[in-house]
Amino acid sequence: MKQIQLSHGGGGEETNSLIHDLFYRYFGNDILIAAEDAAVLEVKNKIAFTTDSFTVSPIFFNGGNIGKLAISGTVNDLAMMGAKPLYLSSAFMIEEGFSFDELETIVKTMAEELKHSGAKIVCGDTKVVPKGAVDQIFINTSGIGEIEKEGISANNLHEGDVIIVSGDVGRHGAAILMEREGLGITGDIQSDCATLWPAVQALIDSNITISALRDATRGGLSAVLNEWAGQSKVCLEIEEASVPVDEAVQGICELFGFEAFDFANEGTFIIAVPQHHAMLAIQALQDIDVTSNATIIGRVTMKKEGKVILHSLYGSSRYLDLPKGELLPRIC
Amino acid sequence: MNRLQLKDLYSGFRDPDTIKALAWAINDETKKLKEPLKIMEVCGGHTHTIMKYGLKQLLPSNIDFIHGPGCPVCIMPKERIDHAIALAQIPDSILLTLGDMIRVPGSKSSLALERAKGYDIRALYSPLDALKIAEENPDKKVIFFAIGFETTTPMTAAVLEQMVKRGITNLYFHINHVLVPPAVDAIMADGQAKINAFIGPAHVSVITGAKIYKSLPEKYATPVVVSGFEPVDVMQSILMIVKQKNEHRADMEIQYSRSVTLDGNTKAQKMIEKFMKPREHFRWRGIGDIPLSALELREEYAAYDAEKIFADILPTEPIDDHKLCICGTILKGLAKPNDCKVFGTACTPNTPMGSCMVSSEGACNAYYRYGEI
Amino acid sequence: MCLSIPSKIVEIDEDNMATVDTMGIKRMVSLDLMPDVVDIGDYILIHVGFAMSKIDEAEALQSLEVYQEMLEAMEEEERRQVIETDDNCDSRGKV
Repeated sequence: MKQIQLSHGGGGEETNSLIHDLFYRYFGNDILIAAEDAAVLEVKNKIAFTTDSFTVSPIFFNGGNIGKLAISGTVNDLAMMGAKPLYLSSAFMIEEGFSFDELETIVKTMAEELKHSGAKIVCGDTKVVPKGAVDQIFINTSGIGEIEKEGISANNLHEGDVIIVSGDVGRHGAAILMEREGLGITGDIQSDCATLWPAVQALIDSNITISALRDATRGGLSAVLNEWAGQSKVCLEIEEASVPVDEAVQGICELFGFEAFDFANEGTFIIAVPQHHAMLAIQALQDIDVTSNATIIGRVTMKKEGKVILHSLYGSSRYLDLPKGELLPRIC
Repeated sequence: MNRLQLKDLYSGFRDPDTIKALAWAINDETKKLKEPLKIMEVCGGHTHTIMKYGLKQLLPSNIDFIHGPGCPVCIMPKERIDHAIALAQIPDSILLTLGDMIRVPGSKSSLALERAKGYDIRALYSPLDALKIAEENPDKKVIFFAIGFETTTPMTAAVLEQMVKRGITNLYFHINHVLVPPAVDAIMADGQAKINAFIGPAHVSVITGAKIYKSLPEKYATPVVVSGFEPVDVMQSILMIVKQKNEHRADMEIQYSRSVTLDGNTKAQKMIEKFMKPREHFRWRGIGDIPLSALELREEYAAYDAEKIFADILPTEPIDDHKLCICGTILKGLAKPNDCKVFGTACTPNTPMGSCMVSSEGACNAYYRYGEI
Repeated sequence: MCLSIPSKIVEIDEDNMATVDTMGIKRMVSLDLMPDVVDIGDYILIHVGFAMSKIDEAEALQSLEVYQEMLEAMEEEERRQVIETDDNCDSRGKV
């Protein structure tokens, strides 16, 4: 089994072959293969710039791998600002002895994922470190996008806005939890890991007003709603029964006493739009595969500034707070 | 033949329309109530259901809940948590316990903080994992810090049974299993809480049978309804209590008939009796010593009893809570979490001052998570 | 207290274990505490890795039927109240 050696990160012949045989082969574009010290880029408008590092464990999970996350994660951060993802950098930190085949799978996945947004990897870096210095492989991606719609901000929610969720919540967190040692459970939960740019583009193209967009990553739906309530100084009132949750995700929550609203997502986002644009937003989202189950879950009011209220179907309400602490199962 | 679906066992007992119908029936029936109802729900899980589903908002104002001591982590005094920490610090040991114990504060530290220092402390999802860990680490002292009311006690007994069968000799048990009826008696003897009805625990009763509550109505002239955990179960139980009051009855009734019988799981009961016996004294946080309210290993299993084998490193002095922590008063049903001066400010699930805030069966935790609107 | 949830037995395994399914999530539990023999398709309560008891399906169905009756009674009463309010409405018949 071919393995990555320290020499692959040394800057010499082995590094060159790795870059050519693997990275250029799959990521290949004019800017990248020009192989300069830095990529020279041109953009017409304001840009959005983001970075993220990926250390997910396990690196291969049901529904994706660290490579897919590394691309969709950064591309989505740009999309959430109304920016078309254009150029990415990608830096790999690889533990010596890592399987070449696994690296190739990860890189191939990244190339596939890039196609969903059309973004290109224009520069990169590879380091190989001694055993134990990283846990198998870490990836950092930074991204530049060109702003196509300005004014989208967590500070921008207004009374009367409608809150929409792009799909069912909690699948990524639940999928990773399934793989965790010691839980002793099996089941088919696929991470929702996906590129969201096409859905955001559909929203922009529909010419509606967009108050805010955010992908519900760590901390899940709860975190996004609370951040918005806090930053815009409004109240978010959510109909609990309208938030879609996959049955198996619900199963894990029952078994271990978790809340699906607290689980991470990697391909689901929350949208706030003025009331009169809500239906147009839903229609635009439902036309795109990854957001075909988009649904309205609540609205913005001034009932209790900074708080998120969950309403039940039978007339009671409670606050939805930020999730806290480690995920531990409830017992007795 | 209309066969039951698994999802009916969830959705059927959470059905919003049924909850509405029960609320409507309760409000109607409560019109005839002569005195306000103060219902103690013994079990932390019921407190959780009441808060999570906002059931109090559906009920008339003359029904109030008094939160009971049914949270086995909450009722443990700080010195016993210090026991767990002392055991974890034994060289070449592995300390095992069930999830909630990890973050509970002792007098100076917690298992979570000790784990961060490098001690081998593991949260188990099932006590069965203790057997595997002991077998995989024959040169370590593997200590299981066992907690729980009668629901969880048989599982410890089943592990003891397997341990003996498999000839495992490096597994020790620190038993902190406690019993519901003596705790209820102690609170009623105290007399301050003015409870006039009980919602009996769901899953304790699956093991023990509802027979353990038969004496409560006679002793205290209070209705006792053994309730399931879903919101429909709790609402139906409240309706049954109100009806009893209006009919001037004080009976023990089983609402959770799909899982609770009068006799319970006799196999589980026998397994507990094989390995454990009631201990003369056990200090409960807030309530103090309640005789015969907790269990210990029988003499013939002394070789596995961590309290005996490691007695020399276990602290003996009782340690009180922080001055501002009113966990004890809440556990006795004399205060609510939002009566506490530090609730939500100095004391939060991330910075708990008492275990009621950090345990997911604790009243303070339920109030903090689901908030009173 | 004591998180314990309904699950369905889908396999009986060796060493007195069983595989149970909770809404698509499967796990193995010990049958050491079960007083009676269980079968594939039975609904049981599970708690910290053990099967604790078998759920009485007849009782469960009966409970659900009682709720259905209550619901119908409430709806009937609400309909009756609406009609009564309408019948007694002062402005009825007035133009």
